Amino acid sequence: MNLEGLEMIAVLVVLVLFVKVLEQFGLFEPVSLEGNPPGQTKKALKQRFLKLLPCCRPKSIPSLSENSVEDEFELSTVCHRPEGLEQLQEQTKFTRKELQVLYRGFKNECPSGIVNEENFKQIYSQFFPQGDSSTYATFLFNAFDTDHDGSVSFEDFVSGLSIILRGTIDDRLNWAFNLYDLNKDGCITKEEMLDIMKSIYDMMGKYTYPAMREEAPREHVENFFQKMDRNKDGVVTIEEFLESCQKDENIMRSMQLFDNVI
Amino acid sequence: MAAGVAAWLPFARAAAIGWMPVANCPMPLAPTEKNKRQDELIILNVSGRRFQTWRTTLERYPDTLLGSTEKEFFFNEDTKEYFFDRDPEVFRCILNFYRTGKLHYPRYECISAYDEELAFYGILPEIIGDCCYEEYKDRKRENAERLMDDNDSENNQEGSMPSLSFRQTMWRAFENPHTSTLALVFYYVTGFFIAVSVITNVVETVPCGTVPGNKELPCGERYAVAFFCLDTACVMIFTVEYLLRLFAAPSRYRFIRSVMSIIDVVAIMPYYIGLVMTNNEDVSGAFVTLRVFRVFRIFKFSRHSQGLRILGYTLKSCASELGFLLFSLTMAIIIFATVMFYAEKGSSASKFTSIPASFWYTIVTMTTLGYGDMVPKTIAGKIFGSICSLSGVLVIALPVPVIVSNFSRIYHQNQRADKRRAQKKARLARIRVAKTGSSNAYLHSKRNGLLNEALELTGSTEDEQHMTKGTSLIESQHHHLLHCLEKTTNHEFIDEQLFEQNCMESSMQNYPSSRSPSLSSHHGLTTSCCSRRNKKTTHLPNSSVPATRLRSMQELSTIHIQCSEQPSLTTSRSSLNMKSDDGLRPNCKTAQITTAIISIPTPPALTPEGESHPPPSSPSHSTNIPTTATTNIVKVSAL
Repeated sequence: MNLEGLEMIAVLVVLVLFVKVLEQFGLFEPVSLEGNPPGQTKKALKQRFLKLLPCCRPKSIPSLSENSVEDEFELSTVCHRPEGLEQLQEQTKFTRKELQVLYRGFKNECPSGIVNEENFKQIYSQFFPQGDSSTYATFLFNAFDTDHDGSVSFEDFVSGLSIILRGTIDDRLNWAFNLYDLNKDGCITKEEMLDIMKSIYDMMGKYTYPAMREEAPREHVENFFQKMDRNKDGVVTIEEFLESCQKDENIMRSMQLFDNVI
Repeated sequence: MAAGVAAWLPFARAAAIGWMPVANCPMPLAPTEKNKRQDELIILNVSGRRFQTWRTTLERYPDTLLGSTEKEFFFNEDTKEYFFDRDPEVFRCILNFYRTGKLHYPRYECISAYDEELAFYGILPEIIGDCCYEEYKDRKRENAERLMDDNDSENNQEGSMPSLSFRQTMWRAFENPHTSTLALVFYYVTGFFIAVSVITNVVETVPCGTVPGNKELPCGERYAVAFFCLDTACVMIFTVEYLLRLFAAPSRYRFIRSVMSIIDVVAIMPYYIGLVMTNNEDVSGAFVTLRVFRVFRIFKFSRHSQGLRILGYTLKSCASELGFLLFSLTMAIIIFATVMFYAEKGSSASKFTSIPASFWYTIVTMTTLGYGDMVPKTIAGKIFGSICSLSGVLVIALPVPVIVSNFSRIYHQNQRADKRRAQKKARLARIRVAKTGSSNAYLHSKRNGLLNEALELTGSTEDEQHMTKGTSLIESQHHHLLHCLEKTTNHEFIDEQLFEQNCMESSMQNYPSSRSPSLSSHHGLTTSCCSRRNKKTTHLPNSSVPATRLRSMQELSTIHIQCSEQPSLTTSRSSLNMKSDDGLRPNCKTAQITTAIISIPTPPALTPEGESHPPPSSPSHSTNIPTTATTNIVKVSAL
């Protein structure tokens, strides 16, 4: 039988439809990305057959369906519980009541007990409606996330706050240095400082007086380096930073602002 | 800033440490917290159910009742809690709003009750979260429509009072045929003629009988004159109707643009055009086409049928679904027609001569008609043909349920509106009974009170005890209030029936007496009321009067301010009626104010002698209690 052009196409279409129907029934698996173990094929078969029947639609998502959706579910159902109140009291300088208030606020926004970067950025952006605070929030997140596991638990949160709000001025300056040092190599380069400066200026948004200029962050960075970089080697080390800050009255005074935040 | 994030404000302020070292100028001073008090739990007692929350939670929204000092008004000193006498179920949602920053609307809650609660607590409904906002808006719209319906029909009833111009009455007659018999007659006549016209058009084309010459003639040509007469009559009726509607329409421009009037015009135009152009050969083709438009007369029935109107409205509201249906069908038709054409090109004597010719096959197949006048012969054609019919079923089945559900919703809405209107009559009747019950209670208690006073005057006190029934404090206060109103306006409340009787009596007795042109407004009102009544229906005094009339009657007073020199003895009923006009002369010799209470007939034994003969026709009468002559105020009451 000689098949001409259109007949060929027609036959092909029929074959494709047939294959698709078989796939639905699970009797024919053309290509599977992950080799399903043989024990599971029977279960998959039954589930897919049942899925076709309208009456027995499974209520829960079967475990063999897309794994990407599963991952998201997993993250949200993981619940992290902080260590006990007494331990936190020892580790930080907050009183019991202060820890309670902090935890209640923390848990309200993050019921799962941990904050991931997206959440963090979203919470922080609510305080700066005019500008874009996402970059600065990322830097903050990295600074709070001391063990670098991609999430900030309540212990991380509260230990960071403890340093900022209850630590000595040196502690605070140390923490600030840690924030600026993006790659945590012990010194701040001009590029790192420029990134930080840009992120701070981004938070201002478009509508400022006087109007925001492109070179403003760069100029500010030059200013900063002139003040801080003693040996003019292009980087600011922790000692230079501490020394310069302690000499600056404005900075010392502003550091004391944090005594009364909580 | 969302309230829940307020808890993170200390964190945000701490994060500002990153700005400090780079700042060039000194920072402003931080605000200090005066009287920094510990966060405390406050108890909210809502109808017995106790809710507890932190004070700071409530203070997140300072412009609501709970967040501001307004809640101090509800503070109960003894129990040290805030007591609200409101619904605890809804309060749950409201408190959750403070806690989570999102206001939810529970489905089981009545929308107006919920709105009231929100208004009480000072929360704007716009804050409702996205999850519940749609539901809330839908329910609110439904409720508004419902209330609007009720108001509209109420207004229609109320609006019968003010006099309408001739044009307005005509328009109302056209729109609601049930307002008067003439309108109903008109309605049925036009309906009949529409039917006649349509049937005529249909029967015209039926072949009836043969003419010698063995040619079958349609009835239209055989009885041409008869049909022409019928057509003329119908068109004349339609024209008259259209012109009348045009005259009566409140806004002629809008009327001309409305669908129904266009249908009217299209229905009668062919006749006139036919009259104008008589045997012109060129345009006779167009003339024939015009006759087709006569069938549009059937659409005139939509004025007579509610269902047709609903159908039309449904189709209009489902325009987008219909459009989608049409579009997808067109796409599919073109695709399949092309495929079928090329598939069948090879076979000999194929009916698929061109792609447009294949359109017919595709449409017939997709709608599963399958006439069979065009069938594919090649294998490819058959395969694609079967795919075509399968997909046709799908494409058509998809938008149809949407249209059906729309129709069902609108139809049920209409049915509900009719049901509500029917129920409304019963509801209003019941409400009226309750209202008259309460006013009767007042009259009853007043009579009892006056009886008490009369008894006091006559000196007998034995009946006093059982006269003072156990009326509650609220009732007695209400009655006192009504009494004060009576005293203020110098008018009194009376019973319906007696007022009607009074009305009829006064109308009967006033005709012989001469009336001065300076009739009191009161008197005029009386007669006008009665005359209006007599014109409408002949009521028996015991029949119920619509609520509006009761109100108007209550406004009409029964006080006849009499400035007469005659002693109070002559202030009998008849004299009240007859002498009211001279009584109202502005310069009164003696100021005597008589208040007449006309009430249910009482045993005549208690009538004091001072009364002149009561007119025999009226069962009710008013009497005088002659008080001391020195006081110029005579109270007339019925015992």
